[in-house]
Amino acid sequence: MFYQESGQFSTRYRQDGRALRLWQQRAALWALLLLAFGLLPFIGNDYWFSAILIPFLVLSLAGLGLNLLTGYAGQLSLGSAAFMAVGAFASYKLQFLLPGLPLLLSFVAGGVVAAAVGVVFGLPSLRIKGFYLLVSTLAAQFFVEWLLTKFAWFSNGNESGVITAPPLLVAGHDFGSPAGRYLLTLSVVLPLFVLAANLVRSSLGRNWMAVRDMDTAAAVIGIPILRTKLLAFAISSFILGVAGSLWAFTYLGTVEPHGFDLSRSFQVLFIIILGGMGSILGNFLGAAFIVLLPIVLSILSGTLLSGVLPAGQLENLQKIIFGVLIILFLIKEPDGLARLWQGWRARARLWPLRF
Amino acid sequence: MKNHLHTLKGAVVLALGLAAASATAQAGGEQYFPLQSYRVGPYAAGGTGFFGGFIDYLQYVNLKEGGVNGVKLTWSECETEYVVEKGVECYERLKKGLNGAPAAATNPLSVGIAYATLERSTADKLPLITINHGRTDSTDGSVFPYVFPLQLNPYSEVSAIINYIGQKSGGLAKLKGKKIAVLYHGSPYGKETNPILELLSKKYGFQLVSLEVPHPGNEQQSQWLTIRQQKPDWVILRGWGVMNPVALKTAQKTGYPADHIIGNIWSNSEEDAAPAGAAAKGFISITTHPSGTQFPVLQGIKKTVLDAGKGNLADAKRFGTVYYNLGVVNGILNVEAVRLAQAKFGKKPLTGEQVRWGFEHLHFDDKRLKEVGALGLLQPLQLSCADHEGGGAVRFQQWDGQQWKVISPWVQADRKLLRPIIEDSSHKYAKEKGITPRDCSKES
Repeated sequence: MFYQESGQFSTRYRQDGRALRLWQQRAALWALLLLAFGLLPFIGNDYWFSAILIPFLVLSLAGLGLNLLTGYAGQLSLGSAAFMAVGAFASYKLQFLLPGLPLLLSFVAGGVVAAAVGVVFGLPSLRIKGFYLLVSTLAAQFFVEWLLTKFAWFSNGNESGVITAPPLLVAGHDFGSPAGRYLLTLSVVLPLFVLAANLVRSSLGRNWMAVRDMDTAAAVIGIPILRTKLLAFAISSFILGVAGSLWAFTYLGTVEPHGFDLSRSFQVLFIIILGGMGSILGNFLGAAFIVLLPIVLSILSGTLLSGVLPAGQLENLQKIIFGVLIILFLIKEPDGLARLWQGWRARARLWPLRF
Repeated sequence: MKNHLHTLKGAVVLALGLAAASATAQAGGEQYFPLQSYRVGPYAAGGTGFFGGFIDYLQYVNLKEGGVNGVKLTWSECETEYVVEKGVECYERLKKGLNGAPAAATNPLSVGIAYATLERSTADKLPLITINHGRTDSTDGSVFPYVFPLQLNPYSEVSAIINYIGQKSGGLAKLKGKKIAVLYHGSPYGKETNPILELLSKKYGFQLVSLEVPHPGNEQQSQWLTIRQQKPDWVILRGWGVMNPVALKTAQKTGYPADHIIGNIWSNSEEDAAPAGAAAKGFISITTHPSGTQFPVLQGIKKTVLDAGKGNLADAKRFGTVYYNLGVVNGILNVEAVRLAQAKFGKKPLTGEQVRWGFEHLHFDDKRLKEVGALGLLQPLQLSCADHEGGGAVRFQQWDGQQWKVISPWVQADRKLLRPIIEDSSHKYAKEKGITPRDCSKES
């Protein structure tokens, strides 16, 4: 009913290559964009921007970064937070080394540095796989955190290792207000998503999936394994690096190396497990879930259940709920929320004529 | 039908009116404290004690005096688990106040959360209280109008420790040629004071041995072996959590006397010393507020709040411990700021901006301390537009195996020496952020 795709034919190759082939999908996307850019900045309040929308967008982007590497190219990684940290600190440092560097360019530069680091730590992936690769990315996680804490140079001589965001000026415009920070984040996140959505449909994306499904077979049919894997690490780390810069600059405004610890890597991993590996939409769903669930539980404990449970107990409960959900998803729906959404869509197509 | 509609309309109007009336009735006279507390997670011991003491004091003011000049104090908690993002979320959720009662100030008791909400609270005009911790250069109120590292900032802390060691050695001049080791937690917090220690070592001519302990600090064998080789006269412990008892135990194992180890402000609680058992006996630490229940204000809280079954502590035995008393001290300072601000702006619920004025004019002399029943618990302190720390003094206490015993009067930090360093740093910050510092000579 909602999805009546009959009668929509592609008559040109260009049309056939579109990411969204149904006009309903395109219309929905435009409506969403209109909502995000045109409506939300005016109706949202500080709380929605600073506590929900910005972290949601940044974590979606981080999820996307890991998803390209793990979901599409099949390389497990626990170093996401390390690459985020590299991006954040590189953007920050470059702002000082090159005064007058435009903010957006420093995001990109941070991403490029993160990509370089990602390639270095991706090298072992040529020889080792699965759990063993996981351990080598874990090394990245600990090494980067140690490095940034140990040498004050990275935080510009600040002995305590804390960096704070520069003024958020883009082309003379101050994006320092909550709505401004939201718009800035959105404008950085969106192009990267468009890029990634097209990337995974390109030949590189297909190479990634071939390597993921069986790299020996991929090598046999002539896919350059070295290049494919390292590009996966580079692009994934680039996106994670940009996400890290956004996390430090537009979300928190200040960050210390410890803010990118192992639990942040796990958080990003949970986003793609819950949201859906090998899915672009899944990153949004996973991030929304991971941002909203704690808040909902916390508000519940403050209002509905206050007095029933001791303060703080629901926070412990939250960890249990997350753990249970992860296990349930891994068993019942390894493809995550994105797959549930797809299933719902398929049913909606037939509704109400199920038979 | 028409009649029916009328009744319906009437009911709706009545309901709306009632809702509005009840909302305004509640807002009539309440001042709100948003509490970004942490009761679960690795630092729960600190959080439950501190927020327990803070809430009990607010409750005490409500029960004993009916609030501040009739304005009831109200509060609600939001669990942060000491996690920065949760702290930010809580800040944004609570900053608007509760049922119309405006927020007075935020007290996150977390360096990370304080850093992350520093610019937000300045933009929202809500004082950010970082008692005994926080960003050192926020002492300069001309650049940080809304941030208050009350009582003691990290620089004052080490300066006071060195002054105490000087006293013990028979004068600061005698420090020359002495050897002092500092064992610090490998985190921003742990490293914050290293430049100041180096400066002091140059000034007084003592030799400094800096040793880092990686987080979380449950393995310190090599560091203490180095200490045994180097034989320093004193060891300053800048620890955190599990690192403290482990340090004391390892010191005993390697034969370093506990009574030459001086713990800093986060190595000074019962929870830091007691787990080390006998190894902690003789351990010295600094404190801005002694533990104990003998102070009139604590007796008052016990009588009015705890005995009435309205106390916040789950474990009543923690009444009067270091963290609890810090919460009480924090409560006294917050309430005093509200009281002062009310004297200027009127006896009604105040905005954060107005309460900020109160904080900036905090003034506790012995007379006022006696009035609030906190003589000896809280140090004499006076804040101003330029000085958001106020005190800068600590007392030293020694662990006797069961509890802390205060062993020194107030020892002052060399604040004149530190001030230029603080101003350098705050002006650098102002330049980075494009802030024009206030002219403090024009502030009333």
